[in-house]
Amino acid sequence: MNTIASPMSDNNFPSDLNLRPDLQVINSWVSEKSSVLDLGCGNGDLLYYLTYSKKITGYGLESDARYIQACVEKGVQVIEQDIDEGLNNFLNQSFDVVIMTQALQEIHEPHRILREMLRVGREVIVTFPNFGYWRNRLHLFLKGRMPISKTLPHHWYDTPNIHLCTFKDFEDLCLSSGYRILARTVVDSEYSDNAMLRVFPNVLGEIAIYRITGDHAPVESL
Amino acid sequence: MATSDSTLSSRNDGGSVGIIKPQTAIFNDLLKLKCGRTLDNYELIYETYGELNATASNAVLVCHALSGHHHAAGLHYASDQKPGWWDTMIGPGKPIDTRKFFVVCPNNLGGCHGSTGPSTVNLETSTPFGPNFPIITVADWVETQHRLGLYLGIHQWAAVIGGSLGGMQALQWAIDYPGEIRHSIVIASAPKLSAQNIAFNEIARQAILSDPDYHGGHYYLTHSYPRRGLTLARMLGHVTYLSDYTMREKFGRELKSGTLNFDYGAEFQIESYLRYQGETFSSFFDANTYLLMTKALDYFDPASEHNNNLCTALQKTLSQFLIISFSTDWRFSPERSEEIVNALLKNKKPVTYAAIDAPQGHDSFLLNIKRYHDLMRTYFNRINI
Repeated sequence: MNTIASPMSDNNFPSDLNLRPDLQVINSWVSEKSSVLDLGCGNGDLLYYLTYSKKITGYGLESDARYIQACVEKGVQVIEQDIDEGLNNFLNQSFDVVIMTQALQEIHEPHRILREMLRVGREVIVTFPNFGYWRNRLHLFLKGRMPISKTLPHHWYDTPNIHLCTFKDFEDLCLSSGYRILARTVVDSEYSDNAMLRVFPNVLGEIAIYRITGDHAPVESL
Repeated sequence: MATSDSTLSSRNDGGSVGIIKPQTAIFNDLLKLKCGRTLDNYELIYETYGELNATASNAVLVCHALSGHHHAAGLHYASDQKPGWWDTMIGPGKPIDTRKFFVVCPNNLGGCHGSTGPSTVNLETSTPFGPNFPIITVADWVETQHRLGLYLGIHQWAAVIGGSLGGMQALQWAIDYPGEIRHSIVIASAPKLSAQNIAFNEIARQAILSDPDYHGGHYYLTHSYPRRGLTLARMLGHVTYLSDYTMREKFGRELKSGTLNFDYGAEFQIESYLRYQGETFSSFFDANTYLLMTKALDYFDPASEHNNNLCTALQKTLSQFLIISFSTDWRFSPERSEEIVNALLKNKKPVTYAAIDAPQGHDSFLLNIKRYHDLMRTYFNRINI
């Protein structure tokens, strides 16, 4: 049977796809043939890539019309849905992985969406900008103003980032909620990884990538 | 569902399919209907646009809504001022591009535009069927459309598409013939009618049934016609196709003569508009067909055959789905489309859903709304044939 909406029907694997390094990290954490739900999937790049590289199936949730159009152009299954309103339309543990990249800080109630993601997915992968990044600290310390950077390009009054946090803040939330951190990586704005980052992630890391489950297991502190 | 209003729609990119001659397919194979009755023979009038390819893999079935018909695109003669009801969507270079696809649009059984229906003469009695014409369901239409497909040499549709009642047919197709439809495109529709929807239909029916000229449905023989009832039914229906916003923008409280006359004439522009719409409609539409179509809407409920569980009803579908809703559609609101989307998600079926922000209400599905048409164009571009 011919199909369109799955890019699997195309034979041109996007080998030259210039995938952001943080998405490459996520790719390495997703198992073959997983079912994936991507919250705030944007233009569908990640799902498109995972469909080829890991033969995943799944959906993206998105509320921006331009991104939805971009997903349809790629053949990525996209559902127009405001994730701030929750995931009530998804069953418990119905996806292998629920992903949210660079959107947690824009959510009205991040702690609730995390709980929802862990209800729907067996694993959760989440990425967000680290407000404790040294440049942000320095900006606030020296200029006395809210940091503006490549990762955080907005003014305080027009930013969609209403819930910025540091890695430590995020891990505190995981600890108090009983979530287990399976893996974490930090990258800088060039999305690169190095030894210094691993030693001082909360200072040197600009973007955090976490892989968590809802298991009630002890969490090691940063 | 409603006739597209030329002031609301703009010219689309792309051309016309040109002058189209409707065709008729005659069926002499017994048709068992959901109501338990049978039809020995029946005719379907239909139009086609584009060319069926050698492997018959490029066929698109367009299903019409309550007051629709087979004339979806193009013109019937050179000076024809009124193109088909979905002319903005279908044609060379249009979202459903007839340079790629072979598009088929029949008038449904029970209709009044050339397919067998209540106004057809029953050969057994030599009089029109009238109210004795069996009530047809959406599943019955799918069955007849399936036969029409086979008649045309189409064993699998690239897509079945429709808005409103037409979307219900596209959904029923995915359930009834899972292997014979690759894409089910359901626009401004619902998995079943709400009590409010049925209530509106019932008022429309009562308007017709209580018209003294209805004559129990046998008005064909009396040379009378329940014009007033059908006019009222259409006026009521038309209100549900528009949004509050559209009515306010278009008519507001504007008066025809500029002053209040303190009488019961059509004083406000909206009154005059509705009367005109109702009267025009009643001059070409058959009242018995209107009754039948509203019943088909009321009865549609594919979940009812699966313990009232829409998820179960959709379990065996094999097609991909595109579901589209419009923000100001209060007849079949986005939430109604989302019922379908959520049932598909629970089944892990391939589905894409877009909730188009549009002020024009239910009628949006007939209009050239940029985001809607861009999406349709892209989706159809990607359909492999």
